[in-house]
Amino acid sequence: MEVLNKFRHISAILRKEFIQMSRDKMTFAMMLVIPLMQLILFGFAINTDPKNLPTAIYSEESTLFVRSIISGFEASGFYDVKYKSSSPAENSQLLEEGEVAFAIHIPAGFSANLIKGLRPQILLEADASDPAAASNAVAGVNQIVNQALRHDLKGSLSSLNQKPAPVEVIVHRLYNPEGKSQYNIVPGLLGVILTMTLVMITSMAMTREAETGTLENLLAMPVKPVEVMIGKIIPYVVIGIVQTVVILLAAHYVFSVPFVGNMMSLIIVVVIFILTNLTLGFTFSTVARTQMQAMQLTFFFFLPSILLSGFMFPFRGMPIWAQTIGEILPLTHFLRIIRGIMLKGSGIFQYPQDVMALLAFTFVVGIIAVKRYRQTLD
Amino acid sequence: MSEDFHDSNSLAIDVKGLVKDFNGKIVVNGVDIKMPLGQVWGFLGPNGSGKTTTIRMLCGLLKPTAGSGTCLGFDIINESDKIKKLTGYMTQKFSFWKDLTIRENLEFVGRLYNSKNLKQLVDETLESLGLQHRQSQLAGNLSGGWKQRMALAAVTMHSPKLLLLDEPTAGVDPLARREFWDQIHTLSNKGLTVLVSTHYMDEAERCDQIVYLAHGNLITQGSVRDVIKESGLVTYKGQGENIRQLAPYFKNISGIEHVAYFGNALHISSPDSNELEQAIKNSQKSYSESLNIHWEKIEPSLEDTFISLMLKSGTDQRKY
Repeated sequence: MEVLNKFRHISAILRKEFIQMSRDKMTFAMMLVIPLMQLILFGFAINTDPKNLPTAIYSEESTLFVRSIISGFEASGFYDVKYKSSSPAENSQLLEEGEVAFAIHIPAGFSANLIKGLRPQILLEADASDPAAASNAVAGVNQIVNQALRHDLKGSLSSLNQKPAPVEVIVHRLYNPEGKSQYNIVPGLLGVILTMTLVMITSMAMTREAETGTLENLLAMPVKPVEVMIGKIIPYVVIGIVQTVVILLAAHYVFSVPFVGNMMSLIIVVVIFILTNLTLGFTFSTVARTQMQAMQLTFFFFLPSILLSGFMFPFRGMPIWAQTIGEILPLTHFLRIIRGIMLKGSGIFQYPQDVMALLAFTFVVGIIAVKRYRQTLD
Repeated sequence: MSEDFHDSNSLAIDVKGLVKDFNGKIVVNGVDIKMPLGQVWGFLGPNGSGKTTTIRMLCGLLKPTAGSGTCLGFDIINESDKIKKLTGYMTQKFSFWKDLTIRENLEFVGRLYNSKNLKQLVDETLESLGLQHRQSQLAGNLSGGWKQRMALAAVTMHSPKLLLLDEPTAGVDPLARREFWDQIHTLSNKGLTVLVSTHYMDEAERCDQIVYLAHGNLITQGSVRDVIKESGLVTYKGQGENIRQLAPYFKNISGIEHVAYFGNALHISSPDSNELEQAIKNSQKSYSESLNIHWEKIEPSLEDTFISLMLKSGTDQRKY
């Protein structure tokens, strides 16, 4: 009986929210127009040039030349050699998990072939899912390597400095071979748009009731905070799903972003992320006294989300302190997972830490929301 | 009414020493109310006297800083859930959803109270209000009188035992006000207990008892007649030409508590009747035109009494 009443209360609130939503045509339109507008603006506009991107090197030999090449990579400013892998498989794994942006493979016999003038090859694999991160670093790679060797190729070897270049670097752009920014930006936009619209709209959910005086009425009636919260959040879950569908369709038909991943993984992660944002918005709405304040709180949260999550600038290219802040933001984790799923063909299980981070954030914020919800007018 | 009548079963409201302190600002300062079931009580007092805060504490919208008591037999601090189910509370400001229609508002409220046969109940309510033809109008577009009528319907639809009305008729025209009160008396005759706050004296006179609050303190309570009698006020009414010009003269006499001009007559009131008679005599000596004024002793009106109470309660002693 109690459970039935709870369900009735939730559905009463839900029904009311849907009616109010349909009456507020302006907000309703915004929720559908904002995503499209941002998609078009950002989709065509953003590009950047990051430095010090994490790199893994797998070298099958350790000679003077190899050491020179590694220090050459580091000296270029684009690469930060963080990992010395022990197998090509490890290189691939680091790339797929997004731990590194580049993986370099120097094959056995490289030095010997170099000395013989056989123009040996080096393999550079680049995570091009974020083309901004890859482009300049990749463009300069031949020069970096050959410049690094110039000092070593002296005396009898100086003839090798003649053209053509003594070493050939083969570049493999993984995940986004054509280097299109849209491939990276559009899945990212999914996260940005969900963050902005959902946090903003739910942050007003309770403040609007408080501001129009209807909260007093709601509190005087026998309905529990959790019932109100669930009833108010569900309609926006629906909105979030509609937005996701719109963005994914645009991604496919307007920007031709490939979708190589697992649909089920995508749905799960999107639903988790929608709930994360709604819970956060609801918490804001228990803190803010007016709708204006709710709006300000939303932007206070939104700006770091857009700047430090790896949406605007490649995450690994940011200073450590900025990365630390970024790790707290749900959008950061969502971006890693969604790019992985859409561009790299990964599944949700390849990102256990990011999924855990999203769930933990939702849980903590949800507790704050229920605690903060004022059951009285005090 | 004898004290033994006040056993807990027959009291709708039984609270003691209610205090509400908003961060050091004492808004209600120790209010006791014992209100029997089935009566209609008026809650009076100047603006900011703590009426709304007291009502909110009764229905669980605010937690009292101190004090205790019961409402319909349930503890106001721990059992506000149960109180809410049996109480209808009409807020001072219209607090229904303006972007929902009348029917949608009623349905929403009905669902939260788990009302059975919702559709039928809402239909009946709309019919009894004469609102059927407007049921799909947005509540925000209604005129003041209709809004208040809808609000009363919404808070009584779940057949509460106690009705708390906070200045329900503020800004409503006289006819709508009268109809509103007729409805309150109809509900009361069916056994509903009603506590209504108001600034209108004619409304106070329609109540079985009144409770007068000033600056967070309960100043007096009882029937209208008792309150007037208890005040010990004497009022003289003077009628005649140019009577209004005498008002400043009486106002300057310290023994006269207040001077008010009501419908062509001057009311002067004081707890001391000698003082009044002396002042009237003196006025006739000093002003020739005051000779053709006819003075008579009347029973003080409720308004005279309240103004006197307000003046007596002095300036606001509460700390902010």
